[in-house]
Amino acid sequence: MTQNTHTNEPHILPLSLYLGIGAILIGLTVVTVYVSFIHFGAFNLLIAMLIATVKASLVAMYFMHLKYDNKLYMVFFLSALFFLATFIVITMFDTLRRGDIYEIKSGAIRDAVIYDKLSVDTVQGIADSLSVSTDTTDVVIDSSK
Amino acid sequence: MSQTQDGHPSFLQHHFSDVEQQRESAKLGMWLFLVTEILLFGGLFVFYAIYRAWHPEMFINAHTVVNIGMGTTNTIVLITSSVTMALAIRSMQLGKQSQTIWFLVSTLLLAGTFMVVKYFEYAHKFDLGQLPGKFYTFTGIEGTNPHVFFSAYFLMTGLHGIHVLIGMGIIVWLIIKTRAGMFSPQYYTHIEMTGLYWHLVDLIWIFLFPLFYLVG
Repeated sequence: MTQNTHTNEPHILPLSLYLGIGAILIGLTVVTVYVSFIHFGAFNLLIAMLIATVKASLVAMYFMHLKYDNKLYMVFFLSALFFLATFIVITMFDTLRRGDIYEIKSGAIRDAVIYDKLSVDTVQGIADSLSVSTDTTDVVIDSSK
Repeated sequence: MSQTQDGHPSFLQHHFSDVEQQRESAKLGMWLFLVTEILLFGGLFVFYAIYRAWHPEMFINAHTVVNIGMGTTNTIVLITSSVTMALAIRSMQLGKQSQTIWFLVSTLLLAGTFMVVKYFEYAHKFDLGQLPGKFYTFTGIEGTNPHVFFSAYFLMTGLHGIHVLIGMGIIVWLIIKTRAGMFSPQYYTHIEMTGLYWHLVDLIWIFLFPLFYLVG
């Protein structure tokens, strides 16, 4: 393959590139599984997400041809990621800091059969260990009881 | 390549000025669809993030019941299927029709393998009552609201599995059309668009895998 002179000729990538990227992706999968067995505390999630992001970037850049195609597709793709990041970050600000403003009552989500089987003390224990309520409608534990 | 009276290739729709414009338009539309797909899964990723933030210990305890071996196998299977899909497009770019079919069949078989492994994972969880919401009857997980983990697990891997099944259907159609000689190195838009879809499905699994199988 030499230079692409015709604009409507597709950009054909060499076979070795696809196989190489595939090998790197499988290698990174093995690495992320291996690393997950080493205890780094909160960093485990960060490391796993970093490796996943590197893998996803390789898929997007080479398999989905974002590196070689019209950059408008890249803008589309990045806009999706931008809105997704906004969605997650703003929601998490609310979720994690809501308790700072007012007291939130603890509760277990009633819907699971599991809570019918457990003793009242166990369910009370679950409720006490919750720092925030996870439901708004159906609170099974009443702390006055 | 067959041509119409005014010298245009038969696959060029009359509302496009040339083949290049037609191809770019199709791709732009496909990327727009992929954006909506990312946002569709995005809602579920937010659901996961919220509940994981609320019940961090439960998520770490719950992930010990998922099978890391099966998850890793499926990750490697899906990545390999992405490679064969990319190679199917490359083969058609080079005009090798039978090689294209061969790679499409490989992709289909790998997707089938993914679904079979998924079936065994699901069947095992159904047996043990590790199910979402009110169907949850398992008692072996310490922590608060463990059924939420399985709500997230089944919703996210289930929606992903539906995407794999739809992809398999489209690949079958591609195999039939490629055999019938519908595509050429000048016109293979359908294969290319299916490839983009397939890679996105792979890309989403790349995130689902660590979130459910490698937590904590």
